[in-house]
Amino acid sequence: MKFITEFRDAELVRGVLEEIQRTVTRPWVLMEICGGQTHAILRHGLDQLLPPEIELVHGPGCPVCVTPVELIDKALAIASRAEVIFTSYGDMLRVPGSGRDLFSVRASGGDVRVVYSPLDAVRMAKENPERHVVFFGIGFETTAPANAMSVVQAKKLALNNYSMLVSHVCVPPAVRAIFGSPDNRVQALLAAGHVCTVMGYWEYPPIAEAYGVPIVVTGFEPLDIVRGILMAVRQLEEGRAEAENAYPRAVTFEGNKPAQELIDKVFEPCDRKWRGIGVIPESGWCLREDFRGHDAEVRFDVEAIQPEESPLCIAGQILQGLKKPTECSAFGTQCTPEHPLGATMVSAEGACAAYYRYSQQATEMHD
Amino acid sequence: MDDHSEEITMQGAICPVPLQHSAQVVLGHGSGGKMTQDLIERSFYPPFKNPTLLRGNDSAVVTAPEGGRLAITTDNHIVAPLFFPGGDIGRLAICGAVNDLAMVGARPLWLTAAFILEEGLPLEVLERVVESMRRAAEEAGVIIVAGDTKVAERGKADGLFINTSGVGWVPEGREVGGAQARPGDGVLLSGSIGDHGIAVLAARGELEFEAQVESDLAPLNGLVEAMFEVCPEIHVLRDPTRGGLATTLNEIAKQSGAGIKLEEQKIPVNAAVGAACEMLGFDPLYVANEGKLVAMIPGEAIDAVLEVMRKHPYGKQAYCIGEVVREPAGRVLMRTAIGGTRIVETLSGEMLPRIC
Repeated sequence: MKFITEFRDAELVRGVLEEIQRTVTRPWVLMEICGGQTHAILRHGLDQLLPPEIELVHGPGCPVCVTPVELIDKALAIASRAEVIFTSYGDMLRVPGSGRDLFSVRASGGDVRVVYSPLDAVRMAKENPERHVVFFGIGFETTAPANAMSVVQAKKLALNNYSMLVSHVCVPPAVRAIFGSPDNRVQALLAAGHVCTVMGYWEYPPIAEAYGVPIVVTGFEPLDIVRGILMAVRQLEEGRAEAENAYPRAVTFEGNKPAQELIDKVFEPCDRKWRGIGVIPESGWCLREDFRGHDAEVRFDVEAIQPEESPLCIAGQILQGLKKPTECSAFGTQCTPEHPLGATMVSAEGACAAYYRYSQQATEMHD
Repeated sequence: MDDHSEEITMQGAICPVPLQHSAQVVLGHGSGGKMTQDLIERSFYPPFKNPTLLRGNDSAVVTAPEGGRLAITTDNHIVAPLFFPGGDIGRLAICGAVNDLAMVGARPLWLTAAFILEEGLPLEVLERVVESMRRAAEEAGVIIVAGDTKVAERGKADGLFINTSGVGWVPEGREVGGAQARPGDGVLLSGSIGDHGIAVLAARGELEFEAQVESDLAPLNGLVEAMFEVCPEIHVLRDPTRGGLATTLNEIAKQSGAGIKLEEQKIPVNAAVGAACEMLGFDPLYVANEGKLVAMIPGEAIDAVLEVMRKHPYGKQAYCIGEVVREPAGRVLMRTAIGGTRIVETLSGEMLPRIC
């Protein structure tokens, strides 16, 4: 826990919060792009400690949530096959496809296993030559090097029974899509520290300049996050729009070159559909020709299934600060913490759940 | 993915709605969290409904026809691996029943033990488990008065499953239950959280790192008796097993209609457990314990009870971690270490490592 506790020091965090308070003169909307940062902000209750002028909007930086339903349906179909051991990062199991999730597949006899690394899946392929091991390769740039490595290893070991169902997404195209959108309210961006550990932040100065927005590479501990916010607010107040680094202990401008080379060797850019957003051009990676033999979509000719989405939930719009929970027709009626329809009502950190509770409290206090 | 005609809309990502799983049993139904509760309310409460069952405490308290109150509980025990640092399935089976009885203020007396053995299980393994049960029963001061044995075909039971049922006697004047929490009560926790869950996970060998963590598995009836000696008016006792401290406190908040306010800084987490949770993306508040209790007692008794708890081997790291409040009714809030406030929810289904 050393090197973590220091960055959760209440005194240090308070000091930076006071500095933000002294710096801010008017309302600003900031977006943290990464789901890990959203989680940390809500887990530590940071959002309530910020001056009221600062509004945090949660970005589409959760690879689990943005994986398109079509691809989940493919995963479910592949995982249901008798010869397949389907491996995945844990939280992918509860993401629904059309009416089913990986839990249901497992309960119906599918061999679905949680792994912590794709290299575990490669090992499984080696140990189970009579089975076919598929790894659900999701994630942003952060997980790409390890996922790429697994394919390189499988190829080296001639493990023809290992393949990856690839759903890689990249941050910069999504950032461009957000800032280029006519609905955009976001005035500054906290870039994702882990992604930049791999990729560096050389991709961001042109974006900051093109859209006139400050971009600050930010870490994940409370102190990292408030420092990132402070640097973004300083830029906003001073009228600057630059790419800066508030996470220098992990991130350099160039990033991790060998990791980037590995990614480039295995993956090539492709258009990718983001759940609830649509297709963003060149926003993902898929396997290069050389590695197609390990592409689960090629190995398993899975029919395109007509996907079905739950129509009621506007959680995504709520997360982006475009709508308030109370603007949802299901809020407080069909959708309650006891019978949630959406992730934001389910989750401990969910905006709707918080709204449901706190607004109830607020009403009672007024009475 | 071929549908390029679709426009990019920043109207917002639609967060996928988790499924309710109402058609078949999935592992999450055994998590001890919300899905377990939903299953109980849907499938078990309607046919079995009676006031004793619906009280929803760790044991049922019933009045014998000639007077005197008895506590009754039953528990199934499934754990892989059968032996883990700090315990094994045998000790778990005894402590599980003993603790459920102690958590309604009962003195555990008699246990039954029923075994489902998998064909092929080495007898040496069974005997080690049974010896461990004998020692745990001796420590807890209970005797095993009846039992049953069934053998399942190879592949149809994971080594062995154990069911234990227990009966205890509830002394006069003890009224303990989740519904008894009162605003002003102190919330006491007997020690560090998350040790059992992480110890079992590490023992499975699935982690790529070594975690030096021992399960906290222990019978808590001795600790409970010591607490009653200085504070006869204990309102709530509960052992935060599956679902962790967060789920247990939410159950109590719902049963009593009171709110609970926690101080994150006061909740002890062993360094190795904290580090393992950081790496796996778990929150220790949701990780299982098998030798810890939470108690809710009148505010004026806090110091005296903490003193006796800390003198007991199973309560050395006891702290007052928060208080019962009137508002927000039925909810658990926590002041975080850096001074923010967050809602602490019930565990939903299976606890999963997060990717982000």
